[in-house]
Amino acid sequence: MEASRVSVSAPAKLSVENASKWFRSRRAHVHALDDVSLQVSEGEFVALVGPSGCGKSTLLDIMAGLVVPDTGTVLADDQAVRGPGRHRLVMFQESALFPWLDVAGNVMFGIKRIPGLSADDRERIVDEHLELVGLERFRHAYVHELSGGMKQRAALARSLAPDPRVLLMDEPFAALDALTAEQLYADVQRIWQTRRKTIIMVTHSAREAVTLADRVVLLSPSPGRIRDQFTISLPRPRDINSPELAAIAQQITAALRSYIPAGIPT
Amino acid sequence: MKRAISALLFFAALGLAWHLASTSGRWSAVLLPSPRDVFDYLVDAGRDGTLAEATLVTLKRLLVGYAIGIVIGIPLGLMTSTSQFFQDTIGALALGLQTLPSVCWIPLALLWFGQTENAMLFVVIMGTLGSVLIATDTGARSISPIYARVARTMGSEGLDKWMRVILPASLPFLVSGLKQGWAFAWRSLMAAEIYVTILTGFGLGHLLHYGRELSAMDQVIGIMLVIVAIGLVADKVLFSPWERFMHRRWGTGLK
Repeated sequence: MEASRVSVSAPAKLSVENASKWFRSRRAHVHALDDVSLQVSEGEFVALVGPSGCGKSTLLDIMAGLVVPDTGTVLADDQAVRGPGRHRLVMFQESALFPWLDVAGNVMFGIKRIPGLSADDRERIVDEHLELVGLERFRHAYVHELSGGMKQRAALARSLAPDPRVLLMDEPFAALDALTAEQLYADVQRIWQTRRKTIIMVTHSAREAVTLADRVVLLSPSPGRIRDQFTISLPRPRDINSPELAAIAQQITAALRSYIPAGIPT
Repeated sequence: MKRAISALLFFAALGLAWHLASTSGRWSAVLLPSPRDVFDYLVDAGRDGTLAEATLVTLKRLLVGYAIGIVIGIPLGLMTSTSQFFQDTIGALALGLQTLPSVCWIPLALLWFGQTENAMLFVVIMGTLGSVLIATDTGARSISPIYARVARTMGSEGLDKWMRVILPASLPFLVSGLKQGWAFAWRSLMAAEIYVTILTGFGLGHLLHYGRELSAMDQVIGIMLVIVAIGLVADKVLFSPWERFMHRRWGTGLK
């Protein structure tokens, strides 16, 4: 199933054209991204992988509209991206849930201001998404009462509830222990398959990228550049511990290693 | 329950020690009245209305001054937290004035306003303002920037962002700032009432002052106890609900 999801022929859902970004401070002048172009098609799951400092999070922020590139453009559904908006939601490494709201209140946050929804609609959307991530029994729990994995589930529900066209995830599983992360990989794959969301995920783990993504984009640091892309056609659902997957992850890791100049310890 | 018993035992022992000291005859009864004398004073003052009237006068000054201090202090604190310009100007001024004990405002207030209610209010406001301003500023600055990022991506901007994200996110700091402001308001008002004699209202501070003038130690100690009691009750009524709320939601704070 899903053997060849070729992305080139489909129209781009989100495209970044020749984006460059410098971060200037009094002491340093960092060239974060250098002429990066990336097309993501509808329903595609793309992972951006690279060592720290390769600009992958900056690229994600640019796609979200949180950071404006110094040169280049971002198009979402052929419209220029001028700022953040609920059509491209971001899920962060720290869950960033609001502690003054309970789980249901957090999921409700993003849909409160969407016009044309009745109170019943909102309630139904919240219920639906709590169920989707398996937190229906925790709707009235507060954030500090949740485990790390549950927090990320709640954050996922919060990001999906406003039905964004694109979901952007910035190292969403980096702070979790391996077992909890594996459970979430299964959940994300299930949700992605049922919802057909366009997802772009930043990660530093090649295995995580191969487990989840259709396409893995490799970046190298200083300045951040796209160096290579791998199309992953393993059948789903994928198991992070399978040997086929490990072999592909190995190739990606080797490629990433080759971008780092010799002699500099990492 | 166990905690209540140990507290009760402690204060009973304290009262007993006081009683024994006053009956030992080593100190003059003028300087060290017995707990019984103080109790009798409080009962009398309560019966003839002195206490209720003085408490009312004091609380009115306190609440009005405190409210004005908050209404000015919170917006100014939000301004200094978001703008470098206001931080360098108003923020610096507030920090400077904060080092000035509020009792130091009394001579100025007397010369400007005379022996009037306004002088009282002025001292309370100046005592409250700085601490509320600085606490609000610190609070708004300490909010994790990720909350603002989440709000922005969720399409929450401007007033909506302030009401639904910034304000609730800064609640823990805000409440501790308001609590500190309350303590400062209370202190400044007592100083003002002890030093400033005015005819428009006889507050608890005045009762304390006249207790000294008349060498009525039972009155002095009695009023001090009332002042402590009001402070404790205010803390429970005004701030405990917020602290419980935050404890439940944030999972932090008091035990």
